[in-house]
Amino acid sequence: MIIKNKAVVSDDWTILRLQENETPESVSVPAGKVIVPLRVWQAQRSRLQDRSGLGVWLASNERPEDLKGDLDRFDVIAVDFPRFADGRGYSIAYNLRARLGYTGELRAIGDVLRDQLFYMQRVGFDAFAPRPDKNIYDALKGLTDFSETYQTSFDQKLPLFRRVKRDGAAGSANG
Amino acid sequence: MYKYDVYDQQIVNERVAQYCDQVRRRLSGELTEDEFRPLRLQNGLYMQIHAYMLRIAVPYGLLSSKQMRMFAHIARKYDRGYGHFTTRQNIQFNWIKLEETPDILADLASVEMHGIQTSGNCIRNITSDEFAGVAPDEIVDPRPYAEILRQWSTFHPEFAYLPRKFKIAISGAAEDRAAIAVHDIGLSAIRNAQGEIGFRVLVGGGTARTPIIGSEICDFVPWQHMLTYIESIMRVYNQYGRRDNMYKSRIKILVKALGIEEFRRQVEADWVDIKGGPGTLTVEEVKRVAEYFAAPGYDVSAEKDPALDLFREQNKAFADWMQRNVRPHKVPGYAAVLLSLKKTGVAPGDVTADQMDRIADMADRYSFGELRATHKQNLVLADVKQSDLVSLWKEASAHGLATPNIGLLTDMICCPGADFCTLAFARSIPLAKMISDRFDRVDFLHDIGEIELNMSGCVNACGHNHVGHIGIIGVDKKDGGEWYQVSIGGAQGNHAAIGKILGPSFNFQQMPEVIDRILQVYLRERLEDEPFIDTVRRIGVEPFKEWVYATPIEADDSVDKTNYGFLEKPDHYTVQRKSRL
Repeated sequence: MIIKNKAVVSDDWTILRLQENETPESVSVPAGKVIVPLRVWQAQRSRLQDRSGLGVWLASNERPEDLKGDLDRFDVIAVDFPRFADGRGYSIAYNLRARLGYTGELRAIGDVLRDQLFYMQRVGFDAFAPRPDKNIYDALKGLTDFSETYQTSFDQKLPLFRRVKRDGAAGSANG
Repeated sequence: MYKYDVYDQQIVNERVAQYCDQVRRRLSGELTEDEFRPLRLQNGLYMQIHAYMLRIAVPYGLLSSKQMRMFAHIARKYDRGYGHFTTRQNIQFNWIKLEETPDILADLASVEMHGIQTSGNCIRNITSDEFAGVAPDEIVDPRPYAEILRQWSTFHPEFAYLPRKFKIAISGAAEDRAAIAVHDIGLSAIRNAQGEIGFRVLVGGGTARTPIIGSEICDFVPWQHMLTYIESIMRVYNQYGRRDNMYKSRIKILVKALGIEEFRRQVEADWVDIKGGPGTLTVEEVKRVAEYFAAPGYDVSAEKDPALDLFREQNKAFADWMQRNVRPHKVPGYAAVLLSLKKTGVAPGDVTADQMDRIADMADRYSFGELRATHKQNLVLADVKQSDLVSLWKEASAHGLATPNIGLLTDMICCPGADFCTLAFARSIPLAKMISDRFDRVDFLHDIGEIELNMSGCVNACGHNHVGHIGIIGVDKKDGGEWYQVSIGGAQGNHAAIGKILGPSFNFQQMPEVIDRILQVYLRERLEDEPFIDTVRRIGVEPFKEWVYATPIEADDSVDKTNYGFLEKPDHYTVQRKSRL
């Protein structure tokens, strides 16, 4: 189960993570819908590129620019959060969406928890795989913590000051 | 000052609701402490030695009398009757119970306050000049831009989990009173030759383990582009700042590693895509925010009161106070007044609940109901009629808030130190008291003149020791003792500099004599009215070093026998060392 488009849905993707004794060149990519690490995609590109049902995931120290030109080959791109406090994934997502123009499913994987979901959806994630030990229905509530935001990001093209008419000092003066 | 509209209030109210639920989930065990820690930190809640500490944001140091009264209420109801103003112009309470924090935040929200982003690896409270809007040397009032930055940085989704904390300061006067050179980003609001407003931007300044003065990344960012330019700096830092070692994770380390030219190139490569985009500031928005900071209804007939000079001549204590604690104002007949929170015997920055109420009263009576907190841990009444100075002085004196020591040796900047903080190697508050006691003679202090003594209990340097004219820092000699390293020649402001270390460290009991010897060299070497820092710059560190280490310094045993328990609030402080485990 994952959260996608603000709802809990079933999910049939497998995420391939390299084990210690495996290399990007030699690992065998199982059949079916698989999200492979960026390095596996780069190493096995010729074998993988004609597959249908392919996804790729980026580690927090990898660059989304490395996927430039290939974005429409993937049904899903995932960004891994090794620890929820590692915030690089937010800029990766923003760059994928805003700079590289990726429009497909963008999924947060790894240490994905309720209290970060609101920020994640703002930078462009539309799918979330909360950590399996957490209640996914509880996590869903994280998407609606706030009903208003000040600044632009991927989800909100206009900052609050361009979006609404805000009362100035005269309007809100209450002594 | 700025007032919340429905949007600001809604966002803060929703934050309180979110936080209440996080506390509930922590108490029920749904959240582990590791999961909860970054959440509580981003609401200003630290776990300290004795209890939780709650840090409340005072945006760019500006607050109303109503908000000050709320601090008094919080001090009485949830703490032990006092609070502590910090070097980020915030206030913190040291004896907080986790279960009560949702109530405190709800109380704060009712007066447009919160603890949002006062801690954690995010963009912290924006700091500014305590004389913004009233200083005669002001070029651009920085407050509207500080407020715009506050809103922009509040819950910025991309920059909530940075490699490390991130501090921005903004100044708009000829004299930098906001220490912008020792911030992650320092903004100096200026006008170009055409009279247009923009910002000189410094990046990568800081203190702590790697004290360094910020580098200029851009000499003029037009005001419209302030937010997008900063967004690009943040994005480069968020992606490339180190996350493997918390001591190397501030932006200064990245700027140093890349070099300012390469860092600038990366920022500009990012900026080119968003420059001129929707994040660009509009004339309407700046105007809307600036209106909140319009000049209050000054009395145009106010003028210098002749009785003032007479009283000054007759009353030396008042004259001392006028000289040290009163600053010029851009409007004739007005002055800005500093309330000293550095009375001898009181921890620097501490204010009792009763004092808070009296301060709020004074703000209402003498300064349009507004106050400012300074990064040197004092308070300012910014708009006082000169004809009110005598009555204000009497009132402030009666409440222990008129010590005439602003800018003098006893106006120390001081972190909480090992009495409270789990990070500190050594105590700083008792040392501050010990030094204050030793030199607590008004005439001597006034003779020594302007000198900034900054003190931190550890390398994190919350007390800004590196930029103190005299800097003291607690060091860990792994022997369980309290040792201090002393530097001189540091400075904040326009001629910001990092102090030079004198030599081997000293123990707690030796410190007053060390300071005494430094002052002896100054008194011996100074030319006429030359301030301490100028003497140090002229003659260098060597003469100080020679004299301080010339003969062994005996430990003054009487110093620790008193243990420097605090007369005014004996039950508040315990000075025994705690394990830092």
